[in-house]
Amino acid sequence: MSPPSTTRPVANFDRRQPVAVELSGVTFGYDRTRQLLKGMSMTIPRGKVVAIMGGSGCGKTTILRLIGGQLRPQTGRVVVAGRSVPDLDREGLYALRRQVGMLFQFGALFTDLTVYENIAFPLREHTDFSEEMIRDLVMMKLNGVGLRGAAALKPSELSGGMARRVALARAIALDPLLVMYDEPFAGLDPISLGIVGQLIRKLNDALGITSVVVTHDVYESLKIVDYLYFVSDGRIVAQGTPDEVRSSGDAFVRQFIDGESDGPVPFHVAAPPLATAFAIGHAG
Amino acid sequence: MPASVLADGLRRIGAGTRRSIARLGFAARFFVAVLTHSPAGLRRIRLTLREIYFAGVLSLVIILVSGLFVGMVLALQGYDVLQRYGASESLGILVALSLVRELGPVVAGLLFASRAGSAITAEIGLMKATEQLSAMEMMAVDPLARVVAPRFWGGVISMPLLAALFSTLGIFGAYLVGVRLIGIDAGSFWGNMQSVVDFRADIVNGIIKSAVFGLIVSLIAVFEGYDAAPTAEGVSSATTRTVVGSSLAILAADFVLTVFMFRGVGVL
Repeated sequence: MSPPSTTRPVANFDRRQPVAVELSGVTFGYDRTRQLLKGMSMTIPRGKVVAIMGGSGCGKTTILRLIGGQLRPQTGRVVVAGRSVPDLDREGLYALRRQVGMLFQFGALFTDLTVYENIAFPLREHTDFSEEMIRDLVMMKLNGVGLRGAAALKPSELSGGMARRVALARAIALDPLLVMYDEPFAGLDPISLGIVGQLIRKLNDALGITSVVVTHDVYESLKIVDYLYFVSDGRIVAQGTPDEVRSSGDAFVRQFIDGESDGPVPFHVAAPPLATAFAIGHAG
Repeated sequence: MPASVLADGLRRIGAGTRRSIARLGFAARFFVAVLTHSPAGLRRIRLTLREIYFAGVLSLVIILVSGLFVGMVLALQGYDVLQRYGASESLGILVALSLVRELGPVVAGLLFASRAGSAITAEIGLMKATEQLSAMEMMAVDPLARVVAPRFWGGVISMPLLAALFSTLGIFGAYLVGVRLIGIDAGSFWGNMQSVVDFRADIVNGIIKSAVFGLIVSLIAVFEGYDAAPTAEGVSSATTRTVVGSSLAILAADFVLTVFMFRGVGVL
C-alpha cells in the first residue's frame, strides 16, 4: 500500500523527520479559570506507537486536538513533521490534516454513507483518482482491516468493533504520516479489542506511519505500544517503555496499572470536612 | 433584601440580553460564512440536489394535503361571508388573493419549518454530537461547504416551489368546494380570478415572500444544528428553537414584507 500521489498541493511536511510530533511547554484551558494543560512537553518519534494515558478529563483528547490544529495552545509549541501547527494558515492546516488520520472514540462514521463510501470519502475529496482506482484502494484498506465483505453495509448495521475498524480504514485511506487514535478500545468486547490493538500495531509497521494512541486501557496498550506517557493534572507525571512502566515504582503509575481506587488520584473530590457537610456538632 | 432581589433580576436580564446579542452576532457571522462557502458547496451539485429531495420532495405530501384542505375551508368560509353581500361570484378572487399573497407563503413556510427545518437541525446537530463534523474537519473537508451550504441552498430553492404548489392545490380545493359542491359558476370563478389577480403585484410578491421565508427557515435550521450542544438534550432544544424561531420570524417578516409590498393599496 504505497502512498497515493494526490493531485492537490501538499505543504512542506517532511515525512522523514526523525520526530513526528513535538509538544514543548504547552499550556491550554477551555476557559480562563481552569488550565487543563500546564506546560506539557512530549516527543513522539517517527514510526513509533506512543500511548498517552491518564484519567478521564485529564486533557488527553485535548492533546490530539492541539496536534490536529483544532485548538491552539495558549503558550508553547506544537510541531508536526517540522512545521509549527499554530502558525499554519487555513490552507496549511488543511494540508497538514491531509497528512494526519484520526480515529474518533466511536468511529464518527458518516451515517448516511455506506462503509465503502466512508472510506472513499477522503479519496474523493482530496484526489482526482478514477472510480476504478478508488475502488481498488478502498478494497485494499477494507481488506487490511478484515472487512472487505462489509463494504455495502451502513454504519448502523455494524457492531462497535467493526465500526472502529472501518474508521481505522478511513483514517489510513490517504496513507498519512501520522494517525491519532482517541480511545480506540472504549466499549469493545475482548475479541474486538484485541483485533483493534493488533491492527494499530501492524498498520503502523506496514505503512511506516506514526501512531498516537490516547487511552486508559493499560493492558492492551502495554502489548502494542513502544512508549507511554502518563498525564495527570495537566502534566506528564511518568513515562517510559512498556517494560519500564511494568516495573515502575511510581505511585501514580502503580495506581493506574493496578486500578487502585485511592492514591495520588484521590477517591474523593475535594470537599469540605465531613463534620461540616453533615452538620455534626451544630445545634438544631 | 428587595434591593438585592431587584439587582439580581436586572443582572439576569442584562446577562440574557448580552447572550442574545452575542448569539445574534454569531448567527450573522455564520450567515456570511455560509454565503462565502456556497460556491464550494454548490460545486458539489449532487449534494444540493439530494437536499432539495429531502427538504422539498419529501415535504410534498404535507404541503399538498394542507394546501388542498386550506383551500376547501377558505372556500366554505369565504362563500358564507360573500353570499351575505351577494358577491359569491367573487369567491375565486378571494381564495386566489388570500393564497398567493398570504396563506401560500406563510402556511407553507410554517409547515416547511416544522417538517424540513427541524429535520435539518436534528441531522446537523446529531452529526456534531457523533463527531462526524469534527471527523470531516480532521479530514481537511470544511463542514460549512460539505454539510451546511447544500442544506441551506436546498431549503432556499425548495421553499418557493412548495409555496407555489400549496397555493395551486389550495385554489383547486376551493374550486372543488365552490364550483363542484356549492355550485358557483365555473366561468365566473376562474374569470374573475384571472381578471383581478395581477402577476407582478400578487404572484411575484408571493414568490418573493416565500423565497425570503425559505432563506429565514434554512438559515435558522442550519445555524441551530451547527450551534447545538453535542448532547441528546442539546439537539432536542435546538430542534425546538428552529421550529419556534422560524415560525415567529416568518410571521414578523411577513408583516414587514406586506407593508413594503402592498403600500399601494391605500391602507398605509
